[in-house]
Amino acid sequence: MTNSSLNKISLTVNGETVTEEIPPWVTLLDFLRERLHQYGTKKGCDHGQCGACTVLVDGKRVNSCLVLAARLEGKEVTTVEGLSTNGELHPMQAAFIEHDAFQCGYCTPGQICSAVALVEEGAATSRDEIREWMSGNLCRCGAYNNIVDAVSEVLDNKEGAKV
Amino acid sequence: MKPFSLTKPSDLEAAIKAHAEEPEAQFIGGGTNLLDLMKYGVMEPKSLVDLQDLGFQEIEQRSDGGLSLGAGVTNAETAHHPKVKSKYPLLAQAILSGASPQLRNMATNGGNLMQRTRCYYFYDCATACNKRQPGSGCAALKGYNRIHAILGASDQCIATHPSDMCVALAALDAVVRVKGPEGEREIPLEEFHRLPGEHPEKDTVLTDSELILSIELPSSRYSQHCHYLKVRDRESYAFALVSVAAALHLEEGRIVDSRVALGGVAHKPWRARAVEDFLRDKDCDRGLFLQAGKLAVRDAKGYGHNDFKLELAPRAIAEALLQAWKGTNS
Repeated sequence: MTNSSLNKISLTVNGETVTEEIPPWVTLLDFLRERLHQYGTKKGCDHGQCGACTVLVDGKRVNSCLVLAARLEGKEVTTVEGLSTNGELHPMQAAFIEHDAFQCGYCTPGQICSAVALVEEGAATSRDEIREWMSGNLCRCGAYNNIVDAVSEVLDNKEGAKV
Repeated sequence: MKPFSLTKPSDLEAAIKAHAEEPEAQFIGGGTNLLDLMKYGVMEPKSLVDLQDLGFQEIEQRSDGGLSLGAGVTNAETAHHPKVKSKYPLLAQAILSGASPQLRNMATNGGNLMQRTRCYYFYDCATACNKRQPGSGCAALKGYNRIHAILGASDQCIATHPSDMCVALAALDAVVRVKGPEGEREIPLEEFHRLPGEHPEKDTVLTDSELILSIELPSSRYSQHCHYLKVRDRESYAFALVSVAAALHLEEGRIVDSRVALGGVAHKPWRARAVEDFLRDKDCDRGLFLQAGKLAVRDAKGYGHNDFKLELAPRAIAEALLQAWKGTNS
C-alpha cells in the first residue's frame, strides 16, 4: 500500500469531527470499529443481508458494511452510541429495554438505529407495516414480537395514535 | 476485498475518461451489489470510479408529461417521490418490494439496472459459471436451479436478472439515456439487458466506459389500473421467484391496451407481448386473464428444480391482472 492509495476524509461521527487517511477499501463498519474503536455497531454478515451494522448517514439508515468510508467526505454519521442525549437514553433505546426486545443483543444496535429511522420516515403505521419496514434487520433469537412492541410504542407516542 | 484505487471525478467527461484509461475499472453508484461481489471475489476491479459527485440526482418533469429519473437518485427517493407515486405507482410498488429500507437508501437507479444475477453459482467462485468465468461451464444447468430462468436461457447460462424495478420499467416503456467515449445514446429498457446466448458474461448492451445518465419515462396511461405482484420464499426481503408488473388501460371495463412484464424468469426483464396482444379489445374477466397468462410460457422450459415456475408464472400473471383490474395499486 502506497501513500497515493490513501484517501483523506473528514466527517462527523456522533457529532464529533473525525479526519483520517484511509485506504479506499475500508468500509464504514470497519472504520467505526477498528479505527475509531466504537464497537456499538456490529458486524453480522458483512454483506448487507442482516442489518446488524445499520447506522444513520445524514439521518438515513444504511448498511455500514456496504459503504466505503472514503466516500463519506462531509457526511454526518450517527451510530447507536450517538443516540442518547446528556446521558438520557433515546426513547427507542428505552422502549427496547421496557419491552425486552432482545435476547443476545447482537442485532440490537442495528435494530435500534433502523427503528429510529423508521419513525422519522413515517411510512409504517401498523404492526404489519413495522414488520415490513424492519425487514432489513434480522434477529436470530427471534425477538421480533417484542421488537414490534417497542417500535409501536415509540410510534404511538410520536403520532398520538394507536398502532 | 482486494486492494483497489478510488477516483472521484467531478464531472461526467472526467469519469468516462478515468474509466476508459483503466481496463479493470468499475463505476460505483450506491455500491450495494458491487461491494458485496468484491467481498466474495466475484468481481475484482483494480479501480473504482465514484459517480456520487456527477449530478444526475434529480427527478425532473419531461416536456411530454413524462418523468426523467436521474441515475444517481436513490431507489428510496424515487419510490417516495410524489410524481412517481401518483403517475407511476407500478414503479413505486416494484421498488418498494425489493431489498430492504437500508439498501434502498443506498442503491441508485443506475446501479439497479447494473446489478448482477443472484445465481448461487455465480456467487460461488469454487463452481463453474460462464458469467463469472467465460468457458468454465454452467453449474446451474444440472445443479440446484430453483431460482433460475424458464425463458430465453441458453445452454451457457440460465441465470435470472434480479431487479424488481427493471420489471416495472420494462412495462412502462422506459428508455435508458447513456453516455460513453463515443457520445450519448438512448436505449429502450427492454433492449438494455441481454439474453445470455453465447456471452452470458455480458449482462447489458452497454459498451466500454458507457454510463447511465437517466431513465426516461414517457407519460403513462397506467396509473389507475396497475399492480406489481412478487412471489417469493418469504414475505419480505427476498428475491422474486416470479414477479409480474401488470397494467391495464381500461375504458368501461374493456381493455384498450395493457402492459405485462415478468421478473425472476429470464436473464432480463421479460415483456410478455403475446399476453398484451391477446388482451387488447377484450373485456376484463378472470377466465380471460388465466388464458392470457398461459401465453407467456408457451416457449418456456424448466430445468428441474424450477419446473414449478411453468405453472406459477401464468397464475401470477392472472392474479396481477386481476389486482390491476380492481385498481389495487398499493
